[in-house]
Amino acid sequence: MLKIQNLQAGIEGRTILKGINLEIKAGEVHAIMGPNGSGKSTLASVIAGKTDYEVTEGRIEFMGKDLLDMLPEKRAGEGLFLGFQYPVEIPGLSTTNFIKTAVNELRKYRGEEPLDAVAFLRLMKEKMALMDIQQPLLSRSLNEGFSGGEKKRNEIFQMAMLQPKLAILDETDSGLDIDAIRIVANGVNKLRSKDNAVLLITHYQRLLDFIIPDFVHVLYNGRIVKSGTKELALELELKGYDFIKNDLNIAETV
Amino acid sequence: MKPEIYQSPKNDMNDELSTIEKTVLSDYKYGFVTDIEADEAPPGLNEDIIRFISAKKNEPEWMLEWRLKAFRHWSRLAAEEPKWANIEYPPISYQDIIYYSAPKQKVKPNSLEEIDPELRRTFEKLGISLDEQKRLSGVAVDAVIDSVSIGTSFKEQLGEMGIIFCSMTDAIQEHPDLVRKYLSSVVPITDNYFAALNSAVFTDGSFCYIPKGVRCPMELSTYFRINAENTGQFERTLIIAEQGSYVSYLEGCTAPMRDEHQLHAAVVELIALDDAEIKYSTVQNWYPGDKQGKGGIYNFVTKRGICKGNNSKISWTQVETGSAITWKYPSVILKGDNSTGEFYSVAVTNNYQQADTGTKMQHLGKNTKSRIVSKGISAGFSNNSYRGLVHVAKNAVNARNYSQCDSLLLGDKCGAHTFPYIEVKNNTSVVEHEATTSKIGEDQIFYCNQRGIDSETAVALIINGFAREVMNQLPMEFAVEAQKLLAVSLEGSVG
Amino acid sequence: MDTIEYLTGQFHEFPQDSIDRGLDILRQDAFNAFNTMGIPGMKHEEWKYTRINKLFNTDYSLSADPADHSVSTSDLGPYRLPGNKDANELFFINGRFAFDLSVIQSAGLQVLPISTAYNGEHRDVIAENLSHSSRYLKDGINALNTAFLQHGVFIQVGRGLILEHPVYIYNITDARTANIFSQPRSLVNINEGAQVQMVETFITFGMNESFTNQVMEVVVQQDAVVEYYKIQNDASHTNQVSTTHFRQTAKSYVHTVTISLNGGIVRNNLNMVMDAEHCESHLYGLYFQQGKSHIDNHTIVDNAMPNCLSNEFYKGILDGNSSGVFNGKIFVQRDAQKTNAYQSNKNVLLSEEASVNTKPQLEIFADDVKCSHGCTVGRLDEEGLFYLRSRGISEKIARSLLLHGFVVDILDKIRLAVIRNYADQLISERLEFDIS
Repeated sequence: MLKIQNLQAGIEGRTILKGINLEIKAGEVHAIMGPNGSGKSTLASVIAGKTDYEVTEGRIEFMGKDLLDMLPEKRAGEGLFLGFQYPVEIPGLSTTNFIKTAVNELRKYRGEEPLDAVAFLRLMKEKMALMDIQQPLLSRSLNEGFSGGEKKRNEIFQMAMLQPKLAILDETDSGLDIDAIRIVANGVNKLRSKDNAVLLITHYQRLLDFIIPDFVHVLYNGRIVKSGTKELALELELKGYDFIKNDLNIAETV
Repeated sequence: MKPEIYQSPKNDMNDELSTIEKTVLSDYKYGFVTDIEADEAPPGLNEDIIRFISAKKNEPEWMLEWRLKAFRHWSRLAAEEPKWANIEYPPISYQDIIYYSAPKQKVKPNSLEEIDPELRRTFEKLGISLDEQKRLSGVAVDAVIDSVSIGTSFKEQLGEMGIIFCSMTDAIQEHPDLVRKYLSSVVPITDNYFAALNSAVFTDGSFCYIPKGVRCPMELSTYFRINAENTGQFERTLIIAEQGSYVSYLEGCTAPMRDEHQLHAAVVELIALDDAEIKYSTVQNWYPGDKQGKGGIYNFVTKRGICKGNNSKISWTQVETGSAITWKYPSVILKGDNSTGEFYSVAVTNNYQQADTGTKMQHLGKNTKSRIVSKGISAGFSNNSYRGLVHVAKNAVNARNYSQCDSLLLGDKCGAHTFPYIEVKNNTSVVEHEATTSKIGEDQIFYCNQRGIDSETAVALIINGFAREVMNQLPMEFAVEAQKLLAVSLEGSVG
Repeated sequence: MDTIEYLTGQFHEFPQDSIDRGLDILRQDAFNAFNTMGIPGMKHEEWKYTRINKLFNTDYSLSADPADHSVSTSDLGPYRLPGNKDANELFFINGRFAFDLSVIQSAGLQVLPISTAYNGEHRDVIAENLSHSSRYLKDGINALNTAFLQHGVFIQVGRGLILEHPVYIYNITDARTANIFSQPRSLVNINEGAQVQMVETFITFGMNESFTNQVMEVVVQQDAVVEYYKIQNDASHTNQVSTTHFRQTAKSYVHTVTISLNGGIVRNNLNMVMDAEHCESHLYGLYFQQGKSHIDNHTIVDNAMPNCLSNEFYKGILDGNSSGVFNGKIFVQRDAQKTNAYQSNKNVLLSEEASVNTKPQLEIFADDVKCSHGCTVGRLDEEGLFYLRSRGISEKIARSLLLHGFVVDILDKIRLAVIRNYADQLISERLEFDIS
């Protein structure tokens, strides 16, 4: 589904990603962990097509197409979803209107008829139950005045509504208490299927207690330095990121 | 009359425009000219021209005297064109303007069916149907082209309820007592430079009278169109809502694309008596000039309503997207006790447009309330100013005002300015003013992009969100049009 | 005699500086500007609510000689600000700097006649900054002061010095024997990295008429930190226009609090020109007027360069027949991206005869900015009053408590404790209730 080869990217002349290789297949859940500043959010932003970042080397292929040439909205059209670490506030634009526009734009991209109001409402009601989201929240301006938990739930709700092939969730657990994490994780688990894939980006292991990953990768200083299964996450939790650093230093000196 | 292709202005600061800067590049869709012969006065302004206009309209003597008085006042002011607004323009040559231009029709039409087909087509093209059967929604239209009204629909049906809706020309003939009583009672001929000019030379406009206790069953609307070259449009609108009545009135306006500036100086007066309510909505889309700032309408308008009776209410809503220059302050004099004034405005300026607009709320009666919501959107090289006055007089016990003025900037070559004047002479009043200035963030656009929404749609969503509070005030028939217009006006400023 | 005629005569009488024509040209230009613009009337947008024309029909005297004053140290005694023993004290008498009375305790604080400084080593800084305020204040009043600036002084704080002793500046009008027109003028140069606390106040002796037209220009050099407090509690028959104009250069910090409690017509112009990146300024103000006092606070904050922060908060209480004006103008210039500018003005009208005109303005030419402004006018919170009274507090005390609560956040912005307490004490006296 997603194939990243030797991806190098940076911002304002500073290289952040120094050669990322990663492959994600349908049905899989991957987790990328790493200390602050290792390039986790940069990777998410580059995949989604944020223009602030400059890709200097490498390829990203998504569903067999070259992703790097596409505008962000085309990437979304192809089925890519980014759950933002800091969802953006747009005053005056209701959440419902926003999602409706997005749903129909994506349908248009896929050559489908737009959903009429009734069908849209039906879909929304169904997904609201899934994410335990109430109507008043959706009538409010997009993310404006939402609590941290509400913002993240809203992200997963949008994921449910847009039904992407690959969802990248950038620190969706940060700033959430354990109950909120459970709700969010629950939503993600319900959306998992053999046809879609999830890439979790997180600093902590605790989210992985609720969403069990098939693969765990450790990102450090712009490179994936270690890959494994969920046991790797536990090891990281236990020993901290220092053990990776030490490992690396040893490897470099040998 | 094809609009010229836009060439992006040379920008030596940075050749590459940011995402946000790219989207303001649309074309004006109403820029065509109707080819119809006009009956015109020679250009220039003097007492003879005023006599000519008055004679053309077969006006009574008092009307001519009134006009001449206004003209003499204007002549005395001639050197004192107001300069306080935050706008810049070369001197207007008042002697080069044609003050009377009427489309030549073979016979004066007795009914809408007899209107020249060419004129009818003009209005069809603008999306205004003069055909009563074809109107789905209940909107009565008075169509004004250049200096004269060419027809008013639903006249009979409204007449049955005692509602008078006709051109000012007809009103002077048919209802002289009402006109004489109320004309210039809210905006005196000496009020300001442009009001004096309008009083001297106005040629038509709409007149509405809603009798006691009547709720006008349909939206009344006037559509203003400038067509002829070198003319100015000077219309006068007078709306009187008797005790306990209600009316919602709409106006729209467009003009052809021309390299020369054309002057539009209107006066609108509203009178609301006890328990009456007037809702006045404007979608102003005069030709704004081209991308380099050439041509466009100078829009100098005096609009004022008086809440004369107790418990009366006047509400102004405006969506201002057109004109090279907008100078306009729809105001309310809150004379009656418990009366309410409202002003909702969205003003968009793009390219080299300039807008200096706002309102005046004069609190005179007891327990009067006013609310001001102004949303300014600036793009391109434009300047957008809010100028508003809230005045609480000494005896205006328990006056309340809430004002909110928000500005949105698209690009870094435009300006947003806020000039609120707050004068409070009574200590039982509560006056609040809030304002913010922000821009459309690249992060907001990216967020929308990531959800599959392209940048242009994203900007439209954000702008409509920004302006929503005002758009909600518009009657349904207008809201959709206005929303489209907003998007079109800013098309190309992001992308 | 007509005041303007008198001033014109005086202008021509003063000898010109023989060494350098620089100051003379500045004076002459200003005098010409004064003649062109005249005394601002109500048609002048910035003077719409404050009428000073009527003050120009009086026989005033300008002080001719600085040594010619008849103020003694003992006259000053009761008017000196608390904490004066630990302060540098600078006295202007009738607009002329009194070297004989002034006390300088801090090494590195220097006061020189402006012409001496200009003809000496300070020429460049004076040439660059003297009359900088005239770029912002386009009226005859500012020009009139500049026309007489040869009596001004140059005050400077040396590079990198942190003044332990605050600088108290007294503008004294001795109107015991004549009507006085006084025009104090100073240019203050706070050198790179210096830190200083300044307190300025206005005092009038005697009952004759007086008009003070003061201009102080302050250059705040890189990394310098300035606190500036103005206390106005002069007699109600006195009138003044007091201009304080700051020009900030890189990474400097200015913190001002203006407290106005009495006077006839009091007009303050406070300008903050942020002429370099990463400057920060705070403008706080409190006016509490009664009787027939008229207080007008005009402020200009010019964000000319990127990454600056300005924060402005003025509060006012108007009682009796008093009237207040707040006119705050914030400019964010084209290059001033990433500016944060905030402005707020809150007013309480205590009496039926009191009035206020407030005009918080924003003029923004850059798009990546965060700006907000707001203002409110209202009465004392009736619900709060009721709440306190329901707890058994008398209405009078309840009012005092609420009003004190309204002003205390501004008072707390005065970081010089003796001055903060002094201002608090003046307000408590006004409220006839000692909160402490």
